[in-house]
Amino acid sequence: MHLFLIGQGKLLYFLTRQMTSQGHRLTLICNDKEEATMLSHQFKAVVLNGDGSNPNFLAEAQLDQADMFLALTPQDEDNLVACQIAKRQHGVEFTLALVNDPDNQSLFESLGVSTAVSATEIISNLIQQQTQFQTLQTITPVAEGALNLLEVILEQDSPIIGQRVADLPLTPAAQLVGVQRQTVLLPDIPTTHLQARDRIIVITPASDTGTCLRALVGETR
Amino acid sequence: MKPTNQYIIVVGCGRLGSILASQLSGQGYSVVVIDRHEYMFRGLSGEFSGFTLVGDATELDLLKRAKVEQANGLFAVTDRDNTNLMVAQAAKQVFQVPLVMARVFDPTREKIYLDTGIQTISPTRLSVDAFIANLNQ
Repeated sequence: MHLFLIGQGKLLYFLTRQMTSQGHRLTLICNDKEEATMLSHQFKAVVLNGDGSNPNFLAEAQLDQADMFLALTPQDEDNLVACQIAKRQHGVEFTLALVNDPDNQSLFESLGVSTAVSATEIISNLIQQQTQFQTLQTITPVAEGALNLLEVILEQDSPIIGQRVADLPLTPAAQLVGVQRQTVLLPDIPTTHLQARDRIIVITPASDTGTCLRALVGETR
Repeated sequence: MKPTNQYIIVVGCGRLGSILASQLSGQGYSVVVIDRHEYMFRGLSGEFSGFTLVGDATELDLLKRAKVEQANGLFAVTDRDNTNLMVAQAAKQVFQVPLVMARVFDPTREKIYLDTGIQTISPTRLSVDAFIANLNQ
């Protein structure tokens, strides 16, 4: 594949390193002269120094040969215009724009950019997933705070999926209250194997809460 | 367009933007002028009685705060072509502003936006035309 990249900095550098090592042909367009020189010394790629959203410059760069055009500058508006020129003037089918403002993702795609990527959006989604996970745990203090009632819904990657209820790695002082599967409270059978989405209710001394939670949801959490 | 009840947004308060906003306001249009730097509003003349808004107009959120969906016209006249082209396309595509115009210095960049519903004005091309027209007189 022949990729055209406009941009600067670490993103351009590492993406170039990655893509050249995978055998792609690369043309880099970089606005900074020193950086362009550095890139041309480092990589087996065509490196051009100039404004990647200038139609004349892009025409000289023989953009019509591109299979993919990636606009990765820190300015959303420059990435939009560059992608639009690539598509409208040079018929490049696949264009990608980096966006900072997550709102620009859908705007750019409605204006003809094939894919708009927002690091802000990706990271905030990850944070959201993490907080959603945390809401699956409920800790209710009882007995004037001496005991905690824990409620945990098992995720796909929980370490205890497939284990028998009797083998739950709780602390000696903690006790399993019950396991709910879908809407049914499971009968008290110690050989039942745990599944994802099972809701486990445990009562534990307050001091053992952390250990019990880690046992149910895994170390990393 | 009659000035009464007409709302115009001017993006960019440089030499062109400040004169444009001041004159429109003087003629009775409701005007909001947007610039990234507050000190740029010093360029507005005494006849300006509109509103100013500090911020980056390439943020859809800022355009919403300027009530762009109620605007009759938007003029994108910052000193950057790409900013003007992006703001103009957002105003047209997302907010369906009836009259959208963008200043674009680079005539080759102007051509690409012929069929997008936004009007572009290239000072470079206008000047060239004016010089040559005078020569041919």
